[in-house]
Amino acid sequence: MTTGTGGAAARTGQEPVAVDSVARLVQQARAELAACEDARALDALRVRYLGKKGEITALLKTLGGLPPEERKPFGQAVNAAKAEVSALVAERKAALAERGLQDRLSGQGIDVTLPGRGEARGGLHPVTRAMQRIIELFAHLGFEVATGPEVEDDYHNFEALNFPAHHPARAMHDTFYFGDGRLLRTHTSPVQIREMQKQGAPIRIIAPGKVYRSDYDPTHSPMFHQVEGLLVGEQVTMADLKGVLQAFVSAYFERALGMRFRPSYFPFTEPSAEVDITWERGDGSAPGWLEILGCGMVHPSVLQACGVDSERYIGYAFGMGVERLAMLRYGVTDLRQFFDNDLRFLRQFH
Amino acid sequence: MRFSVQWLKQWVEVELDAAELAERLTNAGLEVAAVTPVAAPFTGVVVGEITECSPHPDADKLTVCRIDAGDGELLQVVCGAPNARAGLKVPLARVGAVLADELEIGAAELRGVASAGMACSARELGLSDDHSGLLELPADAPVGADLMDYLQLADHAIDLDLTPNRADCLGIRGLAQDVAAICAAAYTPLEIEAVLPVIDDRFEVVLEAPRDCPRYAGRVIRNIDPGAPTPLWMVEALRRCGVRSISATVDATNYVMLELGQPMHVFDLDTLEGRITVRRGRPGERLTLLDEKEVAVDEELLAICDESGPVAVAGIMGGLATGVTGKTTNVFLESAWFNPATISGRARALGLHTDASHRFERGVDPSAQAEAVERITALLLEITGGEPGPLVVAEEARHVPQPQAVSLRLSRLNRVLGSELRSAEVGRILASLGMRASEADGRWDVIAPPRRFDIAIEEDLIEEVARIHGYDALPATPPAGELRLRPISERRVGVVQAREALCAAGYQEVVNYSFVDRKLLAQLGMDHDVLPLANPISADMDVMRTALLPGLLQTLAQNLRRQQERLRLFETGRVFHQRDALQEIDRVAGVACGRAWPEQWGTGKRALDFYDLKGDVESLLDLRGLDAAPAGFEAADDVAWLHPGQAARVVIDGHPAGWVGAVHPGVLQALDIRAEVLAFELDFEVIAKREVPIAKEISRFPSVRRDLAFLLPDGVSYDQVRECATKSAGALLEKMIIFDVFSGQNVEKGYKSIAIGLIFQDVSCTLTDEVVDPLVARVIQEMEARLNAQHRG
Repeated sequence: MTTGTGGAAARTGQEPVAVDSVARLVQQARAELAACEDARALDALRVRYLGKKGEITALLKTLGGLPPEERKPFGQAVNAAKAEVSALVAERKAALAERGLQDRLSGQGIDVTLPGRGEARGGLHPVTRAMQRIIELFAHLGFEVATGPEVEDDYHNFEALNFPAHHPARAMHDTFYFGDGRLLRTHTSPVQIREMQKQGAPIRIIAPGKVYRSDYDPTHSPMFHQVEGLLVGEQVTMADLKGVLQAFVSAYFERALGMRFRPSYFPFTEPSAEVDITWERGDGSAPGWLEILGCGMVHPSVLQACGVDSERYIGYAFGMGVERLAMLRYGVTDLRQFFDNDLRFLRQFH
Repeated sequence: MRFSVQWLKQWVEVELDAAELAERLTNAGLEVAAVTPVAAPFTGVVVGEITECSPHPDADKLTVCRIDAGDGELLQVVCGAPNARAGLKVPLARVGAVLADELEIGAAELRGVASAGMACSARELGLSDDHSGLLELPADAPVGADLMDYLQLADHAIDLDLTPNRADCLGIRGLAQDVAAICAAAYTPLEIEAVLPVIDDRFEVVLEAPRDCPRYAGRVIRNIDPGAPTPLWMVEALRRCGVRSISATVDATNYVMLELGQPMHVFDLDTLEGRITVRRGRPGERLTLLDEKEVAVDEELLAICDESGPVAVAGIMGGLATGVTGKTTNVFLESAWFNPATISGRARALGLHTDASHRFERGVDPSAQAEAVERITALLLEITGGEPGPLVVAEEARHVPQPQAVSLRLSRLNRVLGSELRSAEVGRILASLGMRASEADGRWDVIAPPRRFDIAIEEDLIEEVARIHGYDALPATPPAGELRLRPISERRVGVVQAREALCAAGYQEVVNYSFVDRKLLAQLGMDHDVLPLANPISADMDVMRTALLPGLLQTLAQNLRRQQERLRLFETGRVFHQRDALQEIDRVAGVACGRAWPEQWGTGKRALDFYDLKGDVESLLDLRGLDAAPAGFEAADDVAWLHPGQAARVVIDGHPAGWVGAVHPGVLQALDIRAEVLAFELDFEVIAKREVPIAKEISRFPSVRRDLAFLLPDGVSYDQVRECATKSAGALLEKMIIFDVFSGQNVEKGYKSIAIGLIFQDVSCTLTDEVVDPLVARVIQEMEARLNAQHRG
């Protein structure tokens, strides 16, 4: 044996021995880690193998005693073992953590079918709900909300709207009075007058609000709600009025309904019309006509009373009873329910 | 206005059945309220003639009649009617007949005498309520004829809901002319001929109020037969129009009124003194009317007077003393035109509504007075006989309305309607309505017939053309036009948002009447600045509400009675304060009672208290954003309707915004509410103001929190603590919270313990203890010095 050969032989002979011992150590660590069942034991293992005084660290310390040509492969093997064991420790740690989480979660199950807690939502009155809907629909067409006083005078409620004194048309409005010339408005039409006097023409408004008539029976309430619309411009026609109301009705009810315009009489519009829609009565009979609103072209006297040139400007106006529209929309059959304020009734419209 | 289709068809040639006609009328603006058959159908009833009438052998009240039913053989019929007599023609229900009430007539035996049918009263035929005897048919009724056919009972009555402008349709004649235009049918006018006078008697009429009554037509008729019965055809015509037969003269006036639309009055000539004067009433004058009510005939009323004073209230009702009776033989007929403005509202003021006032206040055809007199004279002569005097017309022609020419431009018509109607079509429609129209260059000068005195301006004609053309035949254009952005202010909280916030907080919206019982306001101590109604609908709705709370409390009480226990209600609406000027104020208000939380598992069951409501109010106010003026809550022990120790006024930017608190137990007791009720009410205008948020720098550095607990005398308010702590903590204090308040156990009596958290933050550096400690020390020092607080840790 030459030294060189012997050296080579010793190298080749020693290498497997060193690698084997490193491999054995790794194998041993793998087995112990796999059997480790809690975090503390795992940490102890980590210290035993990888700590400052650990077994793998100890191997590294033997490096200096090796011949220089052996140091490199041995060092590489030990470093690989250290990396492998570190990875095994981390893996086992993650597995134990996952198992711990699973154990914890499995004990935390709840009955998800129990009701949730908190304040129960209230709701709008169905008349408000219908009113807001009407306003919103007309807002899309650029109608701005206008309001006016509920205590009115004869001028705004009647005279400027072309109701002559003593005219039978006034008798159709059973009016509440205050005994000093003032009265409770019988319709939202006075807002037309006030807004036109304020804004002039052109104008495009919608006037929602409470109105009052001295009438109290199953189909009449002394207080109810109307929405009034007014549009005045230079190019306004009755065809526009028909079109806008047709669009409104199908939008409000979210379906196409038969509709007819028939001549009627309101002192403040001419021509005047009442609008009927086809409606099922719910008793299985064929749908019949049901009146839902009144409308017409603004009477020239009304425009003139507001200082608007009635030759240049033409306008249309419409007025609808909100209760009627709410009844149809929500299947309410008795007007009086709206004002009984029975919560069992009101809660249905949340 | 109710009319019979058959009567109408005497005037206009329409082939439509009643339902089709009704549809056409409605579509032309004459709204049909009801269509009803004039008689329930019956079968097997014929005209029979009683040929012989003998007493029943075994019954006092029955007679045995032999009746000729037209088929050659005489039928034996037992009858109980007092007017059964030989020679009378009556309705005979033969064996097998089915009457209106579905009674089938069979062969019968009455007290041993066979009866082969039944002679009928009007009631048995469903024609009226008259059951006093057999319906007497005219002597010329053809024996054996089917009664349905003979009385033309296959007819319908149509009820019209006429609008006040269509007075012309309050008579068959005017209606027929409109129907002729609507249905493009031929109109057949009735020829009314003047009656030749046979006596010379006149009764003088003086028009002293020619604006009120510019025309008065009259006629004397002497020697009428007061007992003459109204012929069956007239009774039937009236019945079908909803008018009951009374006597021949009254029936004739009603008949002519229904036919021509002209109300008339008949005086007993022998009760009139001197002459007729038409003038306004005078103070102190009184008259007992035909309905036996006495009324004051003052200057507001137009009076028909004789030398003794008023004998009728013009256009409304005649006087009792001068009316016709069963003995009247000499009459004076009145047919006048009264100014609608003179009659309008007067009947209502007297608590009356008559067929005459209904027509006169809407206006009658100013050309119809004389012909109405001729028409009724002819009818009366036929029914009651008599000797007519000459027609006398008192008139102030300048006060009788004359049809005025109204111009109509085709271009304007199409511009208003959005249509493309042609000149020929418009001309045809105008002519069909009886308008005299001459056209030149697309412009008509139109003179309406006198009955259409409602036609005064161009728009009236546009409406007429549109109406006859058909509204449904006019075009409809989908919404179009210039688009405009509606300004939506961000500086205001919308009422929709406020409602939504309250709904989210569990409140149900209610809508109460704007009028309330004054007594209720008094119970609440809210009866100041009250605006009372002059004509309330009932005593419990006699004044305008001054607050929303009263209505909400009533609604709450009603719902508590309906077994609801936890209630949260709100309302938005207007209240009315009559001060020097009336103020209409928009408010939002809420009431709540019961537990703090809905009944559910896992939350406490504590009762709602002041701070829950205050929290709801604060949430509502939070809609205004963080930059809005802060809301102050000031203890208020002087609000009548609130618990003196649990009430606060809400103040925003120095303006009173409303209140929140527990409703006074005395008020609750008065309203029979057995629950504690919390409430709030806010002026919407004050709480609606908000600011547009402007972003500020957010600190990148951590904040430091220090918690402090103090023992404080009970009388020190949280507001004082907050003010003292925030002032002494200085500018680095980002936020202060209060996280505990308690008293009782371990706390000396008269004291309370509070715990606050102070959160400090700087935008430019991390705060150190060296900076924060002195600030905290200063807070403790100030709290001890100013508020008599003891620092507990």
